[in-house]
Amino acid sequence: MNLQQTGILTKADLVEAVRYPSEERMKKGPVAVCECMQNIPCNPCETSCPFQAIHVGENISNLPKLDEQKCTGCTTCIAACSGLALFVVDKSYSDEVGTVSFPYEYQYSFQIGDKVKAANRAGKCVCEGTIKKIVNTKKSDRTTVVTLEIPIDFVDEVRSIYRQR
Amino acid sequence: MKQCEMLVIGGGPAGLSAAIEAAEAGVQVVIIDANEKAGGQLFKQIHKFFGSSMHRAGTRGIDIGEELLQKCKDLNVEIWLNSLVIGVYDNNVVAVDVKKSLTEHELVKVQTKKIVIATGASENAVKFPGWTLPGVMGAGAAQTMANFHRVLPGKKVLMIGSGNVGLIVSYQLMQAGAEIVGIVEAQPNINGYAVHASKLTREGIPIYTGYTIIEAKGKERVNQAVIGKVNPDWSIVEGSEITLDVDTITIGAGLKPLIGMAYMGGCKLINDRFLGGWAPCHNYNMETTTKNIYVAGDASGVEEANTAIEEGKLCGVSIAESLGYLDSTKAEELKKAIWNRLAGLREGAHGTERTGAKQKQLEEYTKAMEG
Ligand SMILES: Cc1cc2nc3c(=O)[nH]c(=O)nc-3n(C[C@H](O)[C@H](O)[C@H](O)COP(=O)(O)OP(=O)(O)OC[C@H]3O[C@@H](n4cnc5c(N)ncnc54)[C@H](O)[C@@H]3O)c2cc1C
Ligand code: SF4
Ligand code: SF4
Repeated sequence: MNLQQTGILTKADLVEAVRYPSEERMKKGPVAVCECMQNIPCNPCETSCPFQAIHVGENISNLPKLDEQKCTGCTTCIAACSGLALFVVDKSYSDEVGTVSFPYEYQYSFQIGDKVKAANRAGKCVCEGTIKKIVNTKKSDRTTVVTLEIPIDFVDEVRSIYRQR
Repeated sequence: MKQCEMLVIGGGPAGLSAAIEAAEAGVQVVIIDANEKAGGQLFKQIHKFFGSSMHRAGTRGIDIGEELLQKCKDLNVEIWLNSLVIGVYDNNVVAVDVKKSLTEHELVKVQTKKIVIATGASENAVKFPGWTLPGVMGAGAAQTMANFHRVLPGKKVLMIGSGNVGLIVSYQLMQAGAEIVGIVEAQPNINGYAVHASKLTREGIPIYTGYTIIEAKGKERVNQAVIGKVNPDWSIVEGSEITLDVDTITIGAGLKPLIGMAYMGGCKLINDRFLGGWAPCHNYNMETTTKNIYVAGDASGVEEANTAIEEGKLCGVSIAESLGYLDSTKAEELKKAIWNRLAGLREGAHGTERTGAKQKQLEEYTKAMEG
């Protein structure tokens, strides 16, 4: 079962397509992950990045390509992406914990410091995390960017807050 | 009889853009829209749009709508609301049913020089046992309820269809507080963009590819949906049925151009799957085979807001030129730039097929005018 059948992307898919940041880069500090794997006509990721770290090019259906050296992990692109497909991961904190930042467009009542259940790309609860940061600026235009601190082994997996069903 | 130079049927992105472009050149324009607010689909599109940043990608549809309405206001474009165009007659006379109150209507005739048909599209239905039960509705209808009227259509929703409309509306219903029980897609693959699907799957929503709806159950209202796996011959795989508790079933099975007015105007139509069905043929100026009747947006083939805006602009420029408000060199320059932008926008998903269908539409116009 692949992305086209399930809608669920895996880290393996991204690694295979050479679209996942290197371990080395993640250890150095925050870096973006472009989880956008189809040629769709769209380029706000490119135009929003203050460091020109994402390239789409003249043909807006090209896949966005991240230059992990230029990327500072500033998180600007997360709220700009129309497909909510950009994340920022960081494995530089310690050997135990790391962070993941993701877009969140639902009503919420959590606050910084709260413990929440974290969900993977399939919506399954995989671990607990602590809310580190909540950003909702005028520029992010009603897309909240949440940063969650989680055990380091789940940094490549966690992409949202678990939704009770 | 009321007179105007240009009458636009439908105030969505296509109609508003046509009006703005023409009014900027000096044309006197009236827009007629059936709704209580102009803007068409835009005021339901609370998500950030795809496209090029040059075309306001990353901007939410509602904000694009506000911008267009403001421009119309600045240019003194007259907009009639709660007014349904019910007929297009000889000599460019249009009949409008103006709603005065819940029970009172007035029939008004307008004589114009140019007509733009920008009526948009209507939703396709899917028929299955129980499809007439309350709670079974179009995805667009659910979106209008939730985002425009701010009424949640239901709490436990099953979506039929995984095109972008099905995926986006599911996401928006979830934002509004509904639980999406699942998304059913008869094809083996998800139809819309994977990024839209992934937004849903990471919230735990199952997407049943290769499944179809078999039946909606319930007495007063739907309370269960039965889905099942499809064989290549469209029969149901025995024993694959799943019964889901729902209170709403929404159907996102595509859109077709609203062509009633074009048909009445005698415009020659063409049928193509990639236009969404029947649509009027038109030329490089967006003029149909009936002189002085133009078409733009989803009414000329279902596409998207960006393309609707560009096609609307084409109508506006062509009409301003034809009425003598723009010289032909300037008009040609503007039209060329718009066609170039349209070509760029039609490079995306199903780009080749869409471009091909639009090409055929132009060719059919030429054939009809020669024949
Ligand atoms: C769920 C969903 C998501 C979408 N997402 C995107 C996106 O991300 N990006 C994008 O570019 N596009 C998107 N689209 C498509 C986009 O909304 C449409 O292509 C666009 O609105 C078409 O514009 P239009 O002006 O042709 O028609 P509409 O916006 O449909 O406007 C038509 C107007 O005409 C009026 N009307 C119709 N008949 C009459 C009559 N007889 N008399 C008077 N008034 C009449 C209607 O009331 C309406 O206001 C989306 C569509 C849907 C349904
Ligand atoms: S995180 Fe910042 S620097 Fe990195 S790609 Fe996104 S916008 Fe650019
Ligand atoms: S803005 Fe997002 S969805 Fe669009 S191309 Fe960039 S990463 Fe993909």
